[in-house]
Amino acid sequence: MAESILSIVETAYRATLEEQDDPIVWLAHSLRASGAATHLLLRGNAVNYGVRDQDASGLRFGARVQTQPPRLDRDLKALIDKGGEVLYVQEDAAVRGIQPDELIPGLRSVRTSELPALFRRFDRVWHW
Amino acid sequence: MSTSDSDASTTITFVLNDPPYENARSTTAFRLIDSALRRGFNVNVFAYEGAVALPFARQTPHANAVHGHDAAAEDHPNTKDWVAALLAEAAERKVKLDWVNCGLCVDERGVAEAIPGTRRGSPADLLRFSEGSRSTLVIPTR
Amino acid sequence: MASYLLIESRDPFESNDVRYFYELAASLARAENDVTLFLVQNAVLAARAGEHASWFADLGKAGVRVLADDFSLRERGIAKARLSDGVTPAGVEAIVDRLGSGARALWH
Repeated sequence: MAESILSIVETAYRATLEEQDDPIVWLAHSLRASGAATHLLLRGNAVNYGVRDQDASGLRFGARVQTQPPRLDRDLKALIDKGGEVLYVQEDAAVRGIQPDELIPGLRSVRTSELPALFRRFDRVWHW
Repeated sequence: MSTSDSDASTTITFVLNDPPYENARSTTAFRLIDSALRRGFNVNVFAYEGAVALPFARQTPHANAVHGHDAAAEDHPNTKDWVAALLAEAAERKVKLDWVNCGLCVDERGVAEAIPGTRRGSPADLLRFSEGSRSTLVIPTR
Repeated sequence: MASYLLIESRDPFESNDVRYFYELAASLARAENDVTLFLVQNAVLAARAGEHASWFADLGKAGVRVLADDFSLRERGIAKARLSDGVTPAGVEAIVDRLGSGARALWH
């Protein structure tokens, strides 16, 4: 059985414009392609990754235009479509004023108090 | 727990993310790797993002006019020197240090020239490392 | 019961997110796991006894073992006699040995 890995992502928009994705979300996809069962927990400001209608398009320096801006909501949805769980910490979203209906479908909330039980469900827990 | 409890076949994996000269995490990572080797563990290092520059072969030391030192007197080790020293430590202790730089991270940073003893790899290596290790510690960047 | 090693590298007076990590340690301990919180780098700035010393006393009551990196303490001139009760100096071997024994390790 594939090893299950929960990656906790907490720092949002760190290198996403230069990389055109989030490096840890990207890694989750890549590891899944190699056979791991990868899942994500968004906490801290990374809960904002689940918000619909993010638009980072239009970056341009001189004549060089960024034609493939990051689409973090798309990347999370794709992970869900591949069978990955994408969870977010309820309190971190609430304190930032993020309403559940602002989020992409398929995300699941978890309370901070539920983290110990959540961790037990995975073979590995990596805190990024 | 003591050195005698460590088994030469026990492997620990470290995932590094920070580039050199930006944060204390790089030095702490080296301390952990060094300690693990000295205690007889086999060690895997998966260098991701900026950490792929840690063993970049073209780093050069410099003088320090503020300290009043020329390059020789300042004796400033580049991170590649520390990586080389850790590889030598592993060889001397007959344990394994397998240092893999994530290839796409290497390409976008233009740091393909890494010191001997390190190798280019991919996330598939990280998965293999994780599956073959007693524990994996991710040292994240910010 | 699992063994957890939580490594905190940040100063709680710089980032209030550090308290989340302390609380996670306590929460894991209350869930009957074996939990060590290891302070390293600027996180040891909280280890000096002061008004906040209750944070570590509370962690101890929850069953968390709190260690502070002896190199980081020395680097910052924090003498062992100045540490909060419940914080014990330790070398990074304490991290390595726990990794070698299969602890689930989280770095913040």
